[in-house]
Amino acid sequence: MARQRKGIEVSIAMADAVAQANVDVIAAYPITPQTHIVEHLSEIVANGELDAEYVPVESEHSAMSVCCGSSAVGARTFTSTSSQGLALMAEIFYIAASMRLPMVMALANRSLSGPLSIWNDHTDTMMVRDAGWIHVFVENGQECYDNVFCGYRISEDPSVMLPLAINLDGFILTHMIEPVIYEDNETIRKYLPDVRMKNALHPDNPVSMGCFAMPEIYTEAQMNREQGILNSYPTIIKAWKEWGDLTGRYYHPIETYRTEDAEYCIVTMGSYGETAMEVVDALREEGEKVGVVKIRLWRPFPFEDFRRAVEGKKSLIVVDRAISFGGPGGPVALELRSALYGRPNAPAIVNYVAGLAGRDVARSDFRKIILEGKAKASKGETEGFTLYGLRG
Amino acid sequence: MAKPMEKITWQELEAGSVVTEVGNARVYETGSWRSERPVVEASQCIKCGVCWLFCPDACIVRASDGHFEADLTYCKGCGICAKECPVGCITMIAEEG
Repeated sequence: MARQRKGIEVSIAMADAVAQANVDVIAAYPITPQTHIVEHLSEIVANGELDAEYVPVESEHSAMSVCCGSSAVGARTFTSTSSQGLALMAEIFYIAASMRLPMVMALANRSLSGPLSIWNDHTDTMMVRDAGWIHVFVENGQECYDNVFCGYRISEDPSVMLPLAINLDGFILTHMIEPVIYEDNETIRKYLPDVRMKNALHPDNPVSMGCFAMPEIYTEAQMNREQGILNSYPTIIKAWKEWGDLTGRYYHPIETYRTEDAEYCIVTMGSYGETAMEVVDALREEGEKVGVVKIRLWRPFPFEDFRRAVEGKKSLIVVDRAISFGGPGGPVALELRSALYGRPNAPAIVNYVAGLAGRDVARSDFRKIILEGKAKASKGETEGFTLYGLRG
Repeated sequence: MAKPMEKITWQELEAGSVVTEVGNARVYETGSWRSERPVVEASQCIKCGVCWLFCPDACIVRASDGHFEADLTYCKGCGICAKECPVGCITMIAEEG
């Protein structure tokens, strides 16, 4: 394939990227809004355009089980799911990380039941926040496409060996037609080496995986995992840097927009970043000293990058897409508050939870959130969270 | 021989706690929690090896005269050998103390 710019549905572009990454095994169960990704992959395999096993499993629990098996023998592995599918997968989702099995998942973010909803927010991914996967959030179709390659490069790196989820907002991204630059296969081959797994299952080198652990060793096993995900950080930086050098598109754990002289910032994760940038442009023309801070890398959380990005700001308005019921507000605000707690001159944090289950958050809403949030911060109203647009 | 698990540091574990030393389960002496032990009446044993096949811990070993016995270092006392023995020459006896 030659390098080309296409107008294409984001799900299809993502599936094409998976094929270009030359995966060996795909196991997935269709679920809205992820469906087009795996449907298109099954077509690609059925047409003989990709030499891979497509395993049409009977459930997501089985999908992740197949992925663990294929990853364990050193096969490049892909899956994709959403919401209830992720919930059904949860048991094996944790196991994939604990066994350090590299794979890439396109996680088309959708609200969790109930009430039953098929629309977009981040409640599904927050359910597995602590599972030990690397989590990347993307904002548009190009970032979905690019991060498939970066994802494999990071996940399969011998020093990392961890599964990686690309979080893309359901419908807002999955069903959007956008211009996406496809890189040529030569570039991909140069960037993405074959899988080199130290302890892959092979009869010539027998190993045991997923063993039982007594209390005497479980703690050490958990520390080994914790250090494993922390150690992935330099590899993530390097993978994004090299992708940028090849394609001109650079990614960073925390990305900022017009923050240099900003007094306060709106903080987003996922596709909301694009809307926030437009609103910030408009507000800047009105003289507001506002910028955008976007979280791309959610796990491992880039504490130092984040602290640097918000240094000297008066306040942060954090937009969450999920609630921690009975807890401190949204999961992102919780993270950021703890990242800044006890630091001198730390910005005040005002938390909004918005856009649950696909409720539209338009530019006018962002404008309201930003200005209202700024006022709240100046009055010291920084406790808890506000459910934006709530009636009653 | 594998290091006892209470001595292993987190740095010594393989990524994913993969066990790379084949057969190191033998350092873990599973026989310590047994409440009953199998006793074989060697004179009745027909040396068929059914107990050896069925033992879930693979702790049945063959004695020099050809009959089978459980290695009590590992035997958990599950009683499957006694249940499966076609001539009934294995009896489960309560461990005392």
